[in-house]
Amino acid sequence: MINKLVTNARAGVEGVEDGATVMVSGFGGAGMPAELIEALIKQGAGDLTIVSNNAGNGETGLAALLAAGRVRKIICSFPRQADSHHFDALYRSGKIELELVPQGNLAERIRAAGAGIGAFYTPTGFGTLLAEGKETREINGRGHVLEFPIHADFALIKAERGDRWGNLNYRKTARNFGPIMAMAASTTLASVYEVVELGSLDPECIVTPGIFVQHLVLLGCRDEKAEHTSVP
Amino acid sequence: MNSELQCWTRLQMAEKVAQAIPDGSVVNLGIGLPTQVASQIGSQREIILHSENGMLGMGPPAAEGEEDFDLVNAGKQAVTLKPGGCFFHHADSFAMMRGGHIDICVLGAYQVSLGGDLANWQTETAGTIPAVGGAMDLAIGARKIFVMMAHQDKTGRSKLVRSCSYPLTAQACVDRIYTDLAVLDVTPEGLRVLERVDGLSHADLQFLSAVPLLAN
Repeated sequence: MINKLVTNARAGVEGVEDGATVMVSGFGGAGMPAELIEALIKQGAGDLTIVSNNAGNGETGLAALLAAGRVRKIICSFPRQADSHHFDALYRSGKIELELVPQGNLAERIRAAGAGIGAFYTPTGFGTLLAEGKETREINGRGHVLEFPIHADFALIKAERGDRWGNLNYRKTARNFGPIMAMAASTTLASVYEVVELGSLDPECIVTPGIFVQHLVLLGCRDEKAEHTSVP
Repeated sequence: MNSELQCWTRLQMAEKVAQAIPDGSVVNLGIGLPTQVASQIGSQREIILHSENGMLGMGPPAAEGEEDFDLVNAGKQAVTLKPGGCFFHHADSFAMMRGGHIDICVLGAYQVSLGGDLANWQTETAGTIPAVGGAMDLAIGARKIFVMMAHQDKTGRSKLVRSCSYPLTAQACVDRIYTDLAVLDVTPEGLRVLERVDGLSHADLQFLSAVPLLAN
């Protein structure tokens, strides 16, 4: 019998090794798997490369992982926010490497990794600082930049509901990076607030098919506080 | 120049942008000044708002006490969803932006050049922590790019420039500019003035602009 449900978040992150590349879903606090990151902090892996849209907000989730000194490099599109003080301090003291990526390139590079694409050309960033040193090509009279996929060893994502095969759906805009990160990582751990019987998720409405999910962890009640973020 | 000159307020600028958006359009409003355009779109008009984090049919901000932080806009503020609205993941959302599916995108700017180059993500290269978000994707991908910005920066320098001194967001992408003094179109011949604030002559406007302006 296939059963991807693990007993707790700690068991789900067991396989994360030092030096791993870890994707973390979320757009600010929406979709940020705070409980899984908490488990990763306790697990102890360090020297991590984190792929996430932001670089942590406030004190919980990704911000706590950064504050714990576990991250060597972050690949993201929008690190600087009103409450990104942990990242800001690390960056200013040269203790973290930043790869700044236009948000659409971040999403597409993650998707490309999951879809087996070798690289792709895009007009985004052409002629800007963020394309410096990259291969370019004119396609249909327009400048394009060559971008490579971003693979990860692990993805920590936050979903809403799942079944033992790992089929998932999400809640509102908390979906954001979850489905594509699940595709791009060798091992994906998804948190859900509800595990349902196999067959009870509407097959027309499964957003992430279980093939992209290796482990599933059931969380207790929603921690409203952890999901809140302040203004950008 | 008339010392009684009343610049357009942010709300008046937003109203002008809202009036220029045709019914039925799919529109993305950038963070900051452009966000105010939403409140100027009459409730009887049907315009679909796209939010980069994965939503079409975005509604007004959530009422106090009814915020759901799984339902946020690009500025991470709690919003609502209109009937017919939907959610999707980030690659789909940016495919809408990059693939030419968004009719109009309204962005803020630090500078716009004569040729429609846009600088709106960073004012200097050293000292600040850079952040770009979806600006570059919107700038290259939306069918039309409207910019909303003050005509001059805080030190009185023209934000319309021959060539951007700040880092570029994208080349030759801007179609129309709404400042607090004028509305201008970026054309192959140069910047054409469509409208000026009351009491401001073309010569006055030209005096406040670092690039040659074409009269309408």
